[in-house]
Amino acid sequence: MTVTEPARVEAAVVSEPPAQRDRRRRNPTLSRPGVPESVLKVVVLGFAVLAVVVPFLGILSTSLSSKEHLDAKGGFVLWPDAVSLDAYRTVLSGGVVSKALLVSVGVTLIGTVLSLLVTAMLAYGLSRPGSFGSRPALLIVLFSLLFSPGLLPVYLTVRGFGLIDTYAALILPGLVGGFNVIVLRSFFVSIPAELLESARIDGAGEWQIFTRIVTPLSKAVLAVIGLFYGVGYWNAFFNALIYLNDQGRWPLPLVLRTYVINNTQISAGDLAASGAGALPAQPALQMAMLLIAVVPILIVYPFLQRHFTKGVITGAVKG
Amino acid sequence: MASTVVQRPRQGWRARLRRDRVLLAMTIPGLVALVGFHYLPLLGNVIAFEDYQPFLGIINSQWVGFEKFAILFNGDPAFVNAVKNTLILTLVQVIFVFPAPIVLALMINSLLSDRMRRIVQNVLYLPHFLSWVVVVAIFQQLLGGSGLLNTFLRSHGAATLDIVGNPDLFISLLTSQVVWKDSGWATILFLAALSQVDQSLYEASAIDGASRAQQLVNVTLPALRGVIILLLILRLGDSLNVGFEQIILQQKAVGSEASEVIDTYVFNYGILGSDWGTSAAVGLVKGVIATVLVVGANKLAHVFGEDGVYRA
Repeated sequence: MTVTEPARVEAAVVSEPPAQRDRRRRNPTLSRPGVPESVLKVVVLGFAVLAVVVPFLGILSTSLSSKEHLDAKGGFVLWPDAVSLDAYRTVLSGGVVSKALLVSVGVTLIGTVLSLLVTAMLAYGLSRPGSFGSRPALLIVLFSLLFSPGLLPVYLTVRGFGLIDTYAALILPGLVGGFNVIVLRSFFVSIPAELLESARIDGAGEWQIFTRIVTPLSKAVLAVIGLFYGVGYWNAFFNALIYLNDQGRWPLPLVLRTYVINNTQISAGDLAASGAGALPAQPALQMAMLLIAVVPILIVYPFLQRHFTKGVITGAVKG
Repeated sequence: MASTVVQRPRQGWRARLRRDRVLLAMTIPGLVALVGFHYLPLLGNVIAFEDYQPFLGIINSQWVGFEKFAILFNGDPAFVNAVKNTLILTLVQVIFVFPAPIVLALMINSLLSDRMRRIVQNVLYLPHFLSWVVVVAIFQQLLGGSGLLNTFLRSHGAATLDIVGNPDLFISLLTSQVVWKDSGWATILFLAALSQVDQSLYEASAIDGASRAQQLVNVTLPALRGVIILLLILRLGDSLNVGFEQIILQQKAVGSEASEVIDTYVFNYGILGSDWGTSAAVGLVKGVIATVLVVGANKLAHVFGEDGVYRA
């Protein structure tokens, strides 16, 4: 079997839906939904939305509540009795959680920048038709999508490179996603060649064309792919679990597993806390940690959501 | 894809290499990463045919041929259990997880208010971006022994429900977690496909007297056919991957009898148990089956006149 062209994958990306606003102008000949259908719709969609919103509300409320309130209610509450930021102050005052947060932020920032850069360069290098070596290189990318090497061989490779217990082990194995390369390449290919040709005539080199013309035109796609890489690094759990034996280097998801999922009590010692004074209630601390893990995503989400559909429809297939 | 490329004059390979050296250099870091962490590990699968000893390395370890595979196919109970759980989970997820986003997308698509649509979509996309650690923690807080549901039941004198940590309910728990996390996000593709339906088809069918249900069957669903088949193929290729992180996080609570799948078997026996050869053999068999499934499903899609994932 030979893969000739990533035909379908590209087609899916390129065929962007028309602007939402245009298509929502309903045809007047269409019948409006009947009562049973409307009720069913409200119930199902209402339930789906609440199923997402309520847990977040609970996490926030619990993290803000006082110890007495939580004790009385049995641990997890949907509405706080007070607004106390003590849990956040305690968790962030130093110790394991602060350290893990630092690791996660660092790995996410460095990893995302590196991944985007390397992916975009590779995609651009493959996007100029007839360039030297682009054909076999494209095949290398495409075939990587068909076969997955498997957990153990990758582990042995990472170990062979001497990356065990290094932060690089959290970044390098997933540095380039073949799928993202294909998505970006197809976007780059769709940039009119005349544009690049005229820059070339004006004396721009390939690198200048890439940084001054191609990447600014691709901001939306780069943003979404950056989000996918970023979320991947931020949520990375498994790589850290197998590659980092040294628990002092663990990123946030592993610390969350220890203190939230396995319900290990977090003590003043773990936090190198602000010395005297009782810790806030365990549930409040746990939910504060959980929220800290979610907040960065909530912050970038509104800026990126409008690009989701437009940019990377294909990404959804993989992700 | 239509690209308006001006064909450059044909040159010798030396000239082309000189001309494209910057482009070529740009691809190198990415290719090195792919080769180093994707293709090189593929070669590492040879340890499935060795009695691999870490201190001897791949080259010096002794070749044992298919011995490691024999252990598997002789019916090691733990392995059989892992295969059984994997297949059950795959089946359950295809039946319950796969249709969920289609139903959601149809409902969202039929919302008349633009604002409502956008709110619903953005709320439902969100869980996709949470890590499994967060999702599992949320489910514990809501459904666990000391979670919201049971606290509520206790305070009202009702019997508590043992949901999290109950081996009998483990598959239902995993499935509902997957639905919660990803069915909203998965609507994105179906909604995109729905947005491309020619509205005049609805008009024409309405004039012909089609009811809303008939429009659904005759206009809307055929429009989704291509996407549904594409996703089913990809799902099939992925079918032996059933929530590795998700399961590892919750395995301790329910025991391996109910929760061991092929991936966790490889992890538990290979990396934790240092039975490298056997685990690599399992991983290799799994990889081969997955590839065969994708290629086969793609062929099948062509037989039915669909494009599938790629054209060979």
